[in-house]
Order: sequence, then structure tokens, then C-alpha cells
Amino acid sequence: MTAQEIALVADLVRRRSGVIVDVDKTYLIESRLAPVARREGFPGISGLIREIAERRDEKLIWTVVEAMASTETLFFRDRTPFDQLRNDILPVLARSRQDPIRIWSVGCATGQEPYSLAMLVDEERGSHAGLKVDIFASDLSERCLEKAHTGLYTHFEVQRGLPSRLLIKYFEKVEDAWVLSPRIRQMVRWRRMNLLADLRAVGQFDVIFCRNVLNAFDESTRAMVLDQLALALSDDGFLILGLNEAVAGVTKAFRPVPGRRGLYIRAPDLLQGAA
Amino acid sequence: MRTCLVADDSRVIRKVARRILEDAGFDVAEAADGMEALAWCRTSMPEAILLDWNMPVLNGLEFLQQLRREPGGDKPIVVFCTVENTPERIAKAFACGANEFIMKPFDSEILESKFAEVGLL
Repeated sequence: MTAQEIALVADLVRRRSGVIVDVDKTYLIESRLAPVARREGFPGISGLIREIAERRDEKLIWTVVEAMASTETLFFRDRTPFDQLRNDILPVLARSRQDPIRIWSVGCATGQEPYSLAMLVDEERGSHAGLKVDIFASDLSERCLEKAHTGLYTHFEVQRGLPSRLLIKYFEKVEDAWVLSPRIRQMVRWRRMNLLADLRAVGQFDVIFCRNVLNAFDESTRAMVLDQLALALSDDGFLILGLNEAVAGVTKAFRPVPGRRGLYIRAPDLLQGAA
Repeated sequence: MRTCLVADDSRVIRKVARRILEDAGFDVAEAADGMEALAWCRTSMPEAILLDWNMPVLNGLEFLQQLRREPGGDKPIVVFCTVENTPERIAKAFACGANEFIMKPFDSEILESKFAEVGLL
């Protein structure tokens, strides 16, 4: 790819999704766009980019933008947030909620995070009588959401983070792949969503998992997204960020829960402001 | 340093596993069948065992059942690593005392993920 082609892609991706593309990582950009060019019938990446530059085909533009967003994910990624949900959050919310607890998995990619949440909730039903949870999952990529919706995972995907006891409890082997049980799949509702859009219509959530999403943005976009998430979080709700992400210096809408890495609640100032 | 015994009749698998496990900080011992693995455990009980299912002389499942009856044989964390990957086989491995299960083929990421799952990493 030429420097001009890379600059065009980076600019397009940043303006449409907020995601910052590292223009020095040519190999990464090429590895993401080469399959798109093949699928769309272009002889190479240059043909794909020329078509975008000349015709501004919206569908093709979004295909490129979606392909540049990270889809790295695995079941029960990092473990700690799931332990926090099980040990710290669910007991509190299960006591205080009459309505179903609403959990939002932001940037769910191919679905491993929301499905991990669904399995965890199912495992916890014995500890919390009448536990009701609604799980919403969103991602920028339609292609990822389509895969997520099938609940079908490869031999390698089910071995990354997923304990084998849960594998045989919740999955069925279909030839060389594994498919998640319909009962767990039905616990998750999916929606394509761009975090740059106005999120006020998404409703209120008790728990928001937004992990390893913010790092893809520049600081002003991070602040804007976090402020929108604060409005989507119930007053006594919890935000869970990636273990290497933080809100300090980015927004005052959240404050960390002491001793609980990656776990945040809404800042009191924001609550007063909203009252 | 913690020891992991790799019990597999394939020299290639033992070599691959050894490289990954040594990089992860384990001292690695090898056995080519279940009987050899049992003899090794009777001499020096390892902290972890990466165990193949189909092996000559004494297969992985028979080895595991005998191991768990040995003095101190309840201690090692046993991770099966096999092509026998139907849900029924996995359930049987757990019923016989396995702690985790890896389906072949595997890579370093899977092995490390599974070892982390059982607290070995």
C-alpha cells in the first residue's frame, strides 16, 4: 500500500468510527484489507481503495471501516471482570432489583464476551433465587454480529478462556466446530452500534462491560464515549473497563471502585447534576 | 521450579509441549506411555501432568485412575491433551479426576490459557 492509500484509510476509519489506525503498521492494515478486497472482487487492495475514493460507495466504505476495527476477543477474557460480576456486582443488584438486571456488552466483536456473561449468569442462578438478567451486545461490525449470532465457534476459539466443564455443559460438537446451546444464545440480544452516534436511545443499564474498546480511540473520543456511557448507566450501576484502561484524566463522569481494578461507578457530581 | 510431566507417545508432541512449558517456567519431564508416567510419579510426584489419552502399555485414562489412588496422587493438576474430544470423552476424563482438557491440535496460547484456568500460570 502507498502512503496515500494508508492515509486515506486511516482518515476514513477515524471519521466514521473514531478508531485510530496506526499508519506505521502497514502489515496490519494490509492483512485486514486483503480479505475485504478478495471478498468484494477486487484484484488487490489498491483497486478497493480506488473504488472507494472514486465512487464513495457507502456499503463498501463501511465494510472497510468495520474490517479495520479490532475483533480480538476470547471467552472469559482476563477473568477478573467476571469474578467481579459474580462476587461483587450480582449479589448487590440481585437484592436491589425487582426488574431484570440489564447488562450491556459494548464492542462485543464475535460474541465471546456476552456469551461468557450469559453462561456466568446461568451458573449463578442457584445462588440468587429468581435471578433475571437481560444481556445486550453491540458492535460496529455487522459481519462480527452475524457470526456471534450463530453461536458457532472453532476448535481453537472454544479453547481460549472457556473452561472445558462449561464447554461440555453449554456447547454441542458439530463436526469440527462447537455450537452454543439455544437456551444461552437466546439470553443475548444483538444490535449494530457506532459509539460515535447519539446513544441516548439505547436505554439504561445496570452493568456496562466496555473493555478494550476505548483504547482504539483518541482522548476526545474516549471522553465523549465515556460521558455517553455514564448517561446510559443506572445511578447505582457499574462500568467495567479493560484492565489497562482508565478514566482518570479523560472524564469526571466515573470514579474507580477502590481495590477493584477496572471497576467504576458513576461519580456523585454527575448524579447531582442529573437530579 | 515446578515440574510438569508430559506423558505422550508422540515424540513430536512431547518436544512441542516441552518448549512451551519451559518458556512458561516449568521444569519438564517426559514419559512415552502411562506405565512410564506412573513410575516417574512414584519416584517424584510432579505439580502438573499434561496427559495424552491413547498411549501403549497403559493409556491416559488408566494411568489417571491409578495415579489418583497413589499416595500423594491427588496432588498433581492433570490436563488431558488428546484428539479424543467428544463431549462424552471430556466428561469421562473429568469423572476420572482430570482438572482440564485440551483438544489437539493445540498451540502455545491454548496450552497457556488452560494452564492458567487451573491456576498453574
